[in-house]
Amino acid sequence: MGSLTTKVVIMKDGAVIAHHIVETGFKPDLAAESALEGALSQAGLSRGEVGYCVSTGDGGKNVSFAGKYVSQLPCLSKGSYFFVPTVRTVVDVGGNATRAISVGKEGRVLGYRLNDKCAAGGGRFFDVLAEALEVKLDDLGPLSQQSKSPLEIASQCTVFAESEVISLLNDGKDVVDIIAGVNRSIASRIASLVRNVGIKEDVVMTGGVARNIGVVKSLEEWLGVGIKMVPADPRIVGAIGASLLAGKELGEG
Amino acid sequence: MIVAGCDVGSLTAKAVIMRGEEILAAEIIGVRPKPEQSARDVMERALEKAHLTLKDIDYCVSTGYGREKIPFARDNISEISCHGRGAHWLIPSVRTVIDVGGQDCKVIRVDATGKLQNFIMNDKCAAGTGRFLEVMAKTLGVRLDEIGPLSLMAKNPVGITSMCSIYAQTEVVAFIAQEVDRHDLAAGITRAMAERVKSLAMRVGVEEDVVITGGVAKNIGVVKSLEGMLRVTTKKLTVDPQVMGALGGALFAREKIAPKG
Repeated sequence: MGSLTTKVVIMKDGAVIAHHIVETGFKPDLAAESALEGALSQAGLSRGEVGYCVSTGDGGKNVSFAGKYVSQLPCLSKGSYFFVPTVRTVVDVGGNATRAISVGKEGRVLGYRLNDKCAAGGGRFFDVLAEALEVKLDDLGPLSQQSKSPLEIASQCTVFAESEVISLLNDGKDVVDIIAGVNRSIASRIASLVRNVGIKEDVVMTGGVARNIGVVKSLEEWLGVGIKMVPADPRIVGAIGASLLAGKELGEG
Repeated sequence: MIVAGCDVGSLTAKAVIMRGEEILAAEIIGVRPKPEQSARDVMERALEKAHLTLKDIDYCVSTGYGREKIPFARDNISEISCHGRGAHWLIPSVRTVIDVGGQDCKVIRVDATGKLQNFIMNDKCAAGTGRFLEVMAKTLGVRLDEIGPLSLMAKNPVGITSMCSIYAQTEVVAFIAQEVDRHDLAAGITRAMAERVKSLAMRVGVEEDVVITGGVAKNIGVVKSLEGMLRVTTKKLTVDPQVMGALGGALFAREKIAPKG
């Protein structure tokens, strides 16, 4: 359960058979229930058929139907390892936090760096900026790819960057160049966090911001390495890790 | 001899006109799109108030974020020096000036002669600046100048734990959803604001007497919280704390044409 979205993944025999994502909102218990219901109905299962559930994330301790809570770090690294066994670094950019995780053998966590103090560098930055630019969040990535000369965004702070972007718009600057600048500037913040933990290939990116192609490409440039994407929605990697850990509780895997 | 100081900030522009020891006019306006225009408009207002024209000004010093673009200023001096000078002229015992403006916060240490000794500034992060209060006023649905008085009526101020303005805003939205009393919210906001200013101040050290300048000095809630946290009573200024930079500019202008000694 993240700060912005709550995800439920159901796995059977080592494969993901259903997942459902809802907004967390201000009632985390309700969000968990509705995400579970959504996933169960997709899988055609009833609640009693789920052997074990592990919860994770900011609101993970509020999940009444979970047998156990595990922090995000092992869940994210297990989830990434599940898809990419060669993973050594996980970059998770979620709604309210950015994590760079150094991953060892079998998806074990060796170390990490976290930014959850400042919205610049996390998903919230994009919510604020997309609104200021009057662009859909999902369009930020594709639009940035049309830019030929990305603008420099000088402000680090989300609040100041919002004003900066509005004055760039008022100055008649091209919106795609602004978006490309925004993506580049956040990618540079994420890159410094990754450099702090150490860049080791393969690098996997997870979390909602991994769906922004502009950020992924800029991050590859800043880090000087390619980034591997998981063959699933990057937002559910933590939940996949949690369900793999649930399997372990049952003696599987 | 008539001198002027013109301070073009991020949100407001201020002008002060002086003759000898007397302040003839002190005006504040919201900024225009261009700093030159802000400077012209605020100076015109101050001149009108003083029944003067621009030709009557012997020397003008500009300061503030737009200070290099003011055509009628003969010199420009950083706002840090100007705030220190203005506050020291009004209160010679001042040693620490805390200036909280629209987009930055500075803590300035001056010596017994008003000379700048040390300072620290935050202009990278909106937390601890006027912008934080603006974002919060908007979230609460009140005017900026209402937050201070509202906060004084709080019974159980809420605790805001986030440092970041954006995350703090989310906390406030959640409190609003829980129908928390808005006085308690306002007090939580002014405390959070004071907390940020305090941590900056601690980094250069606080020596009495202390004055608070800039727009946020008008927020009684922030001032009270900050006084409590720093365990000092701030000295009250006899002129608007927001024009302190412009006043300092005018004082520097006076020195330019009649150097001391």
